[in-house]
Amino acid sequence: MDELANVPDYGLGWLDASGPASDIVLSTRVRLARNLQGIPFGPRSRVNDREAVLGRVREAARRSPHLEGASLWELPHMDSRSRRILLERRLVSRELVGGEGGVPSNGAAVFLSALEPVSVMVNEEDHLRLQCLLSGLRLHEAWALADTLDEELGAQLPWAYHQEFGFLTTCPTNVGTGLRASVLMHLPGLVLTKEIGQVLSGLNQVGLTFRGLYGEGSEVLGNFFQVSNQTTLGKSEEDLVDHLHQIVQQVIQYEKQARQVLLREARAITEDKIWRAYGLLRYARSLSFEELINLLSGLRLGASLKLLPDLRVYTLNKILIYSQAAHLEQAAGRDLPPPECDAHRASFVRRVLTREGVANSEGGDTVEST
Amino acid sequence: MTDKEKASRPCDVCGSGKAVVHLTQVVNNEKTTLHLCQRCAAEKGLQAAGGTTAGHLPLVDFLAKMGGGEEVPAGEAGGESACPFCGLSAGDFKEVGRLGCPHCYATFETHIKGLLRRIHGSTQHVGKVYLPPDPSVTDKEKRLNALRQKLQRAVSLEDFERAAKLRDEIRSLEPTP
Repeated sequence: MDELANVPDYGLGWLDASGPASDIVLSTRVRLARNLQGIPFGPRSRVNDREAVLGRVREAARRSPHLEGASLWELPHMDSRSRRILLERRLVSRELVGGEGGVPSNGAAVFLSALEPVSVMVNEEDHLRLQCLLSGLRLHEAWALADTLDEELGAQLPWAYHQEFGFLTTCPTNVGTGLRASVLMHLPGLVLTKEIGQVLSGLNQVGLTFRGLYGEGSEVLGNFFQVSNQTTLGKSEEDLVDHLHQIVQQVIQYEKQARQVLLREARAITEDKIWRAYGLLRYARSLSFEELINLLSGLRLGASLKLLPDLRVYTLNKILIYSQAAHLEQAAGRDLPPPECDAHRASFVRRVLTREGVANSEGGDTVEST
Repeated sequence: MTDKEKASRPCDVCGSGKAVVHLTQVVNNEKTTLHLCQRCAAEKGLQAAGGTTAGHLPLVDFLAKMGGGEEVPAGEAGGESACPFCGLSAGDFKEVGRLGCPHCYATFETHIKGLLRRIHGSTQHVGKVYLPPDPSVTDKEKRLNALRQKLQRAVSLEDFERAAKLRDEIRSLEPTP
């Protein structure tokens, strides 16, 4: 098996912030839940069932053009840090790695394509979770890629499918299309103008839901919200994707308006908040991840409003991923207990901002000297 | 209780946090009120009004509530019947909110239909029509019909790129003369 360190950018194509609206929408993800006929679902499967699933998926993956050259990561055979790296890159779920500090079950694995931004989790709650992760707001493209991958694998593997209920899943909340499309949004304008509550309750009314950065059950940190479809049955995949796309575009407009309100009504306070965040990140000697992600939200807002000149969204995306504990440990080559980890995080952020931060710290100064 | 009293009240569960969520439940005509701090409320899947924690009810509670009004038919009642393939009973399903295998959908069909109606507002899949490996003629016809409908929709939306792909897909499935 490859060492993850040898392929440091696996699954991180979306960091380049090349997609549409990538200052507000970090990434788009589409996942399809699929199960094989005649084998118990994840929670009731036995070791030999899970191994059989993995064996069959491995065979099918060899013949799938989208998974050509894909690497297979069998989680029980990986060390805990490498598993956490996959989790921090959002390529696997908490459930697949066996929960916090847990051990993954036999047969838990993920295929990561070398060519396309697609991956396949095996033996999660469902036998397969096909995923596509892209930069910015690209729901239709992500769906098209996931759909093609589904066609390739489904032509070889007999999916559990029911004429009325569609694709059968372990949890009835996923049945039908098995499709969950989600968009990771950064909404500091709506949070600062206190409009966010209304927007979020509006999402619920139109059949959408939101979660934190790391998906189900995770806390909202740094003004990041993952917005996704709530229902999976009774609408076609295209309709689900179209609907989410429309609503996300509306939320982007609301966020832009909120940012304009901030600039118009509270420019001095907004600039002060952003530059303070920059100052702390540029010079702090210890940073918890929570503090970092909150400060990073200020920088992201500053970069988007051009209040922090030269600061690229790519740099901020990179900090977001590489300043997580397992990534810092990987760079240090050893485990880092929390105080040390916070020091390494601060040092990493200082290094990146020295290299790629605001070249001239007076650059954003809008107060004219007399 | 006045709003002022509510505001200064400690959490009923942990006793240390300030109660911010006040949950009133009426069970058998008896009213009980639980005062919870943010953390304990979050653990119970509740959220203060206007809060921005990822608020959603834990799935099991949600499903239990969803299934609450649904009568489980005698044949499917907990303990009495179980899925012949994986052994999951209706009781197990209610407890964990997860099905055991593809056959469970047939075993608990009536109950599941009620549940799906409540969760999704529908029981009928209208998405992709699956074409299994070694498809039968009927499988192919069903898929073709679905693709033709999609093609019509793509054309009406003037999504010609998609329409062209669908046309290719339809041609590849149509029997050669």
